[in-house]
Amino acid sequence: MSEEIENSGKKEKKGFFSRLAAGLAKTRHSISSGLSSIFSAFSQIDDDFYEELEETLIMADIGVNATMEIMDNLREKVKENHIKNPEECKQLLIDSICEQMSVPEDAYEFENKPSVVMVIGVNGVGKTTSIGKLAGQLKNSGKRVIVAAADTFRAGAIDQLATWTERAGVELISQSEGSDPAAVVFDAVNAAKSRKADVLLCDTAGRLHNKKNLMEELRKINKIVDREYPDAYRETLVVLDGTTGQNALAQAKQFGEVADITGIIITKLDGTAKGGIAVAISKELSIPVKYIGVGEHIDDLQKFDPRSFTEALFAGEEDNQK
Amino acid sequence: MAFEGLSAKLQNVFKNLRGKGRLSESDVKAAMKEVKMALLEADVSFKVVKSFINDVTERAVGQDVLNSLTPGQMVIKIVNEELTKLMGDETVEIELKSGNEPTIIMMCGLQGAGKTTMAAKLAGKFKSKGRKPLLVACDIYRPAAIEQLRINAEKVGVDFFQMGTGHAPVDIVKAALNHAKAENENVVIIDTAGRLHIDEEMMQELITIKEEIKVDHTLLTVDSMTGQDAVNVAEAFNSKLEITGVILTKLDGDTRGGAALSIKFVTGKPILYIGTGEKMGDVEQFYPDRMASRILGMGDILTLIDKAEAQYNEEKSKELEKKIRKAEFDFNDYLEQIENMRNMGGLSQIMEMLPGMGMGNVNLNDFDADQGEKGLKMVESIIHSMTAKERANPDLLNPSRKNRIAKGAGVDIADVNRMVKQFYESRKMMKQMSGMFSGKKKGKFKLPFGFGG
Ligand SMILES: Nc1nc2c(ncn2[C@@H]2O[C@H](COP(=O)(O)OP(=O)(O)OP(=O)(O)O)[C@@H](O)[C@H]2O)c(=O)[nH]1
Ligand SMILES: [Mg+2]
Repeated sequence: MSEEIENSGKKEKKGFFSRLAAGLAKTRHSISSGLSSIFSAFSQIDDDFYEELEETLIMADIGVNATMEIMDNLREKVKENHIKNPEECKQLLIDSICEQMSVPEDAYEFENKPSVVMVIGVNGVGKTTSIGKLAGQLKNSGKRVIVAAADTFRAGAIDQLATWTERAGVELISQSEGSDPAAVVFDAVNAAKSRKADVLLCDTAGRLHNKKNLMEELRKINKIVDREYPDAYRETLVVLDGTTGQNALAQAKQFGEVADITGIIITKLDGTAKGGIAVAISKELSIPVKYIGVGEHIDDLQKFDPRSFTEALFAGEEDNQK
Repeated sequence: MAFEGLSAKLQNVFKNLRGKGRLSESDVKAAMKEVKMALLEADVSFKVVKSFINDVTERAVGQDVLNSLTPGQMVIKIVNEELTKLMGDETVEIELKSGNEPTIIMMCGLQGAGKTTMAAKLAGKFKSKGRKPLLVACDIYRPAAIEQLRINAEKVGVDFFQMGTGHAPVDIVKAALNHAKAENENVVIIDTAGRLHIDEEMMQELITIKEEIKVDHTLLTVDSMTGQDAVNVAEAFNSKLEITGVILTKLDGDTRGGAALSIKFVTGKPILYIGTGEKMGDVEQFYPDRMASRILGMGDILTLIDKAEAQYNEEKSKELEKKIRKAEFDFNDYLEQIENMRNMGGLSQIMEMLPGMGMGNVNLNDFDADQGEKGLKMVESIIHSMTAKERANPDLLNPSRKNRIAKGAGVDIADVNRMVKQFYESRKMMKQMSGMFSGKKKGKFKLPFGFGG
């Protein structure tokens, strides 16, 4: 896989992650020195220091509960290891979140087996765009990719996906707007089998996780894949908007009730949001983050790197603003 | 519902506050710690929470507890009041120019917030008010964004203008204005591409539109599920584009919607509309008090009682009780009850709380809150179409009066009849219920139960 970040988009974004991405291409470690670390302002570990940390975590959308847990844990470790230095404390914290967010070894196994990747999530989070990007990546690495347009509901959704599959140079299976998404998936699965596709990517309509009938529709679509293509390696990715707050936890939970979620894509990390809710999700639900979206260009999807993500959580405002 | 109510937590804290006559600093601080946590869980921005807590603490400490309330209830009352005040005291409608001079509305916001859908919903709304809207497609970036707007324009039955993806948005808008003029269209709604607030080139695109065209309303559309970043986004859009109002989308989800508070706090701009579904009709007026309640996450009957108590001063509630007992309850009271109910968090929340009460003859399982809300609005508009005399004397209503009222409210005469019938039934039921409750504690429980489906 080419890990290269090619910034062919004319627009130079100033978000932390895009610069981080560019930075990573050069030196992997220069970034942490560039962090305007909140830690350096403190000479000792005291209540103020802890409070500041807590604020940082909460402002990154990690959430009250997960933050409390993380902080309790940190305090304990600091005590246990007789740590006196805030800098060391910082490393401890970053390491533990990092560990929490680690990506399992077989996370990208679907690339190597005939697989069906379902992409689900609430409205507007970036499902279609992520599919377009993923299709492009897979195609570039020599895979045969088919994309199913199972969002038959939202106006223009099929055309949107068609543009992306064209960009990626992969095949699209679609029906007309308003048709049964399960039927589209049925067609696509059979196309994938007969054409020996490596990966079938299924775009689905955005749906709020509290809408019962729409969630049932997902279940039905999944059943079709189970029945029609039992040998396929299954990957189900929930897309979360990195700007989303605590509701993302409810989203991950509820989607988990109708599908076996195998991973998460966090999008829009080229903005100023930190996407910290992913930490809470991985704590509570143990679902790994597998990709992050860092822009609207076809190359703006990266495999998840726990360390840069975690460090970014602690990046100050100045880092975001150039 | 997935609300893990703040009220439950507050009740917990306030158990310890019960029985004291005045709010001490330590009492309030303890309570505020919980309020803080709950607001953070609702995604209210950290900085906003801090400032809010400080203000409310200041206000609450040392306050005499009202006669009818426990100290805990008193704090709830203060928190809720301040929260509502922050959300904006009243519902604001967008102002459209009179006559045929076009009102120009520009949508803006992050990617995926729901601008395109909302643009079309607003067009539909204005159309139903007798306006002639034009939808203008200026999202030249996202694949099929133009097509999406075109389809939605068709759905709501309004005119649509596009020039493909090859022109600068400002030029598209200029051409659209000419088009609108020629077609006598008087509301021009510009859909723009989603953009990051830190993307200067993209922000400049909108600034250019504003520089060259007299945009009347710049509306920031925000996903109600937004987290801590809401302040950064709102601040940036506001400072660069001087937004005039805010629209919250996807409130049919189960988010607590704390972003609403953050945005209001940092921009000071009114929240105008909310999106509550994927259908073109799913757009509603914004009610600050309801949003405050939602952010607070009231989910149980205890809160309801607390608030019901806080809502009424002793005198008023006695008067009302008397009215109910004597069946003198009139349309003015009815209207007031609806208003009060709204203040308590809206119909759906109240209905959620009620099952625990085991109210005999209201079948809550069959109750459809959406439907009920629509019903309430109709009741309000019918009553608003009555004369003062009619409101005070329900018995005055004869068929010709009803006919006039129906016309005024824009409803069927059958609707008026049904509403009046319901009114009498409610009055009867309230009378019975006032009997049920008056034994326990006087002035304790005054709720409008008469709005069954
Ligand atoms: N800045 C940025 N924008 C993104 C990213 N991913 C997606 N977007 C944008 O977000 C918007 C919504 O993306 P879509 O891919 O249409 O989202 P979706 O989940 O398919 O939306 P629905 O199908 O309507 O539910 C588009 O304008 C995308 O260009 C990202 O990583 N960064
Ligand atoms: Mg989509």
